Amino acid sequence: MAFDYDKYIRPGKLPHIWCPGCGHGIVMKGMIRAIDTLGLDKNNTAIVSGIGCASRLPGYMDFCTLHTAHGRAAAFATGVKMAKPEMNVILVGGDGDGTAIGGNHFIHACRRNIDMTYIIMNNNIYGMTGGQFSPCTPTGAKASTTPYGNPDPAFDVAKLAIGAGATFVARGTAYHATQIDKLIVEAIQHKGFSVVEILDDCPTTYGRRNKFKSVIEMMNRLKEIAVPIKAAEKMSAEQLEGKVITGVLYKEERPHYTGEYAKVIARAQK
Amino acid sequence: MEKKLPTIEIIEKYCKGCHICVEFCPTKVLEMKGFVASVKNLEACIKCMQCELRCPDFAIKVSA
Ligand SMILES: Cc1ncc(C[n+]2csc(CCOP(=O)(O)OP(=O)(O)O)c2C)c(N)n1
Ligand code: SF4
Ligand code: SF4
Ligand code: SF4
Repeated sequence: MAFDYDKYIRPGKLPHIWCPGCGHGIVMKGMIRAIDTLGLDKNNTAIVSGIGCASRLPGYMDFCTLHTAHGRAAAFATGVKMAKPEMNVILVGGDGDGTAIGGNHFIHACRRNIDMTYIIMNNNIYGMTGGQFSPCTPTGAKASTTPYGNPDPAFDVAKLAIGAGATFVARGTAYHATQIDKLIVEAIQHKGFSVVEILDDCPTTYGRRNKFKSVIEMMNRLKEIAVPIKAAEKMSAEQLEGKVITGVLYKEERPHYTGEYAKVIARAQK
Repeated sequence: MEKKLPTIEIIEKYCKGCHICVEFCPTKVLEMKGFVASVKNLEACIKCMQCELRCPDFAIKVSA
């Protein structure tokens, strides 16, 4: 049987607003399959986002959802988790939302190791507002605000998350659709702050400016640059030049925030 | 024995014509007909589900 996505989508919400070939839809489908695999209860699962094309995702999902202010998904999600520690909390958004205006909230959610899962759709650009460069735009790439090429180095989202204290960090791509749900399943099962970066495509504002002739070329690029972590371990630095490692990149057990906070409450009430 | 063919449903009002399903089908089952995807050669389908998994628009369903 074909997978029944409709069960998890608010009636009448499709077709979605994303452009032809935008990978956000592929990520949303992966996330739905992951939720299905885990059997998460709609009434006990919050999906929280900031602002951007990627951040439109919760609007389609028939769950408890919050579409908040730009960059503030982590702040609102933290509030939800503190008030209802038993709730599954999933954050979604773009690279602009998460690493520019929301960078501060992102790193502190990592540091606190709050038991939530953050799916960051990294299309290297601010899609919604017409293609301004983001902290994840590669050096040299063209954006509406870097017409002569971006002089900045890009963030490595996974390294940023690990450095800030996230205890589960994984990376996939919109091309590798079957891997998306597996990574999200593992991330949600992990107790602590888990980050799943999905390398994504924005044909409309990034592809066109950066000489990708079609969505297919953008998908092929994702296919070519991705190296599974097991294969990467056997490759030299030269062989890994220009590649991106995918799979579960980091995992650690460490006390998580609501658990620690419950101890504070117990101490205060003694 | 006759091979049991899958059913491939394309929801035309959802399809945005991105070509992803057509391009990445390993056995070239699909084609573009104007702006939407359509089934050209159902017999060749190996039920790998890659088209359904990758369609960003929930527009293609394969039932084995
Ligand atoms: C406080 C504030 N500043 C700026 C904006 C304008 N804005 C809306 S979406 C967006 C960028 C979204 O980019 P990203 O998060 O990468 O998602 P994408 O659209 O690429 O999926 C910006 C700057 C806003 N809505 N609010
Ligand atoms: S502008 Fe880019 S990110 Fe936004 S929906 Fe279109 S392709 Fe996707
Ligand atoms: S299931 Fe596989 S073989 Fe069949 S149409 Fe889809 S991509 Fe092609
Ligand atoms: S992948 Fe989906 S939206 Fe794209 S052409 Fe195929 S059916 Fe249409």
